[in-house]
Amino acid sequence: MSKRLVEGSEAIADAAIAAGCRFFAGYPMTPFTEVLENFAKKLPAVGGVCVNAESELEAVGMAWGALATGARAATGSTGQGLSLMQESFSEITLAELPLVAFNMARGQGDYFQSTRGGGHGDYRHIVLAPMDITEAVELTQLAFHLADVWRNPVLVQGDYLLAHTAEAVDVAPIDFGPVAPKDWAADGTMSGTGQSRIISPLGIGKRNTPGPGMEAHMQAVADKLARIAAGEARAETGFVDDAEHLVVAFGTPAKFVRYAVRVLRERGLRVGYVRPITLWPFPTEAVAEAATGKRSVLVFEINAGQMVDDVRLAVLGAAPVSSIGGISTDSSGFGVGALLDVEVIAGRIENAVGVAA
Amino acid sequence: MNEPVLHRVGDKLPLLLQSGEHDLCPGCGEPVALRILLETIAELGMAASTVGVVGIGCYTVFSRTLDVDLVQALHGRAPSVATGVKRMLPDKTVFTLQGDGDMVNEGLQEVLHTAARGENVTCVLLNNGVFGETGGHMTATSVIGQRTKTSLEGRDADYHGYPIVIGDLIARLEGAAYVGRGSVQSAGAVARTKRMMRKAFETQRAAKGFSLVEVLTMCPTGWFVPTAEGPSYMGETLAQVHMMGELKAR
Repeated sequence: MSKRLVEGSEAIADAAIAAGCRFFAGYPMTPFTEVLENFAKKLPAVGGVCVNAESELEAVGMAWGALATGARAATGSTGQGLSLMQESFSEITLAELPLVAFNMARGQGDYFQSTRGGGHGDYRHIVLAPMDITEAVELTQLAFHLADVWRNPVLVQGDYLLAHTAEAVDVAPIDFGPVAPKDWAADGTMSGTGQSRIISPLGIGKRNTPGPGMEAHMQAVADKLARIAAGEARAETGFVDDAEHLVVAFGTPAKFVRYAVRVLRERGLRVGYVRPITLWPFPTEAVAEAATGKRSVLVFEINAGQMVDDVRLAVLGAAPVSSIGGISTDSSGFGVGALLDVEVIAGRIENAVGVAA
Repeated sequence: MNEPVLHRVGDKLPLLLQSGEHDLCPGCGEPVALRILLETIAELGMAASTVGVVGIGCYTVFSRTLDVDLVQALHGRAPSVATGVKRMLPDKTVFTLQGDGDMVNEGLQEVLHTAARGENVTCVLLNNGVFGETGGHMTATSVIGQRTKTSLEGRDADYHGYPIVIGDLIARLEGAAYVGRGSVQSAGAVARTKRMMRKAFETQRAAKGFSLVEVLTMCPTGWFVPTAEGPSYMGETLAQVHMMGELKAR
């Protein structure tokens, strides 16, 4: 295949379909709407289904049902809509269904929601945060793979910029390796055999094939989450080795930060960066290692300061950590504000490390 | 009243049940309604091609014993989950099992939209007009005058509002192809309800659209009446508002 100029929302739908996604349900909400539009346009052509659900609660419920049959299925919204889905997110995680969800967020204020979860109980979702459309094509497909491997929901965290800008990309299927057959799927074929299946968050099983029970089931899911935390953290680092200062950023703003770091290097400032690609599990080791011996660690994020907590937990006092991002949006509240600018970011880094502008 | 079929089913475990054991209260109508559902699926030859989606209520205990591939849904969300199942498995038979608290309180929007879309699934409502599992609280189908733990002097329209007669509401939606309301208060009622159940699943099998079978079930515990008075209490209260009969057949 050759490269084609496409908007992020279309590339994400293409990548999901290339990964085998055959069901999508969603409810329109800016800046996520075009992701839903593209699934509605593209899924029927491959024998799939896209439902314009009556609410976010119903959208996630429909995805739940599609997943239970063994299909690859997804839903999505902005953070506001995902707030409505949190009850189901909690229980889908305990039911160990491989949901993929997309958050085309308004800024980066959903970091806590994505990494801590807004729902009840002990659960985490793997959170992948692409910095651009090329990476979104890869991480969207990786999301479906990881969801199946771990039988755990995976969230792809984007924003207005990711969904609404265009890049030349090649959406070819990526082979991440085999996944176990879905012999747990409730597809009706075991009904009446005495060995019928149940997909439940409660760990109950059936009379003939008992489950482990609530406590043991919740502990097993917690143990699985610990294994994910130990094995799935991803991060990119740059200019770290000789740096005196470190900047940490994720998502589309990280691409601006990366550029600002290069600009500052040309001006003689020894600064490097770490870009968490997984927000959960947070790349604690990569951040800790990169922060070793640095005079300062700066966190740039488009919110009032959320990821900075995880950076502090990673650095554990080995270097001073401060927040140089902030709330920044356009007049609609959905889009890109004045802070997302290389010179503005470079200026904030210089201010923080005491370089006169 | 004593139709031969009732003698036959009364002393035999339904095909799609792994065990007859349950810990529901004496006089509860839900096991009888469940038997109607399971027998219908088996008799229509759909035993090996059915997926159920179960809501949250007393009947959820049957998740362990129903010998049907099941998805346990959240309270109220079963019709949406069933939608996802059916869209991926259009050749399979898909049903939901829900109570009135589940379907008419928490999940009213879900069942209405699923019916309006004409989703080709069958929703089975066990309607006893009370939250049985939590110990006897008012639901959206509790009738005027009904005493519950949250309507101690009886449901008062001025204070608590009016009940929703869900079957009638759904029957008016274009996407609904079959709606019937029966009960399990007598042998005759059981036989009539079973015919409704059969028609509902035949409607789904013919891909005509959404079907609902509402079954009025006794809950003497949640009604605070002696066990033996359950059937007569139902006839005098719930059945006077939620009128039995076939509400729609396409």
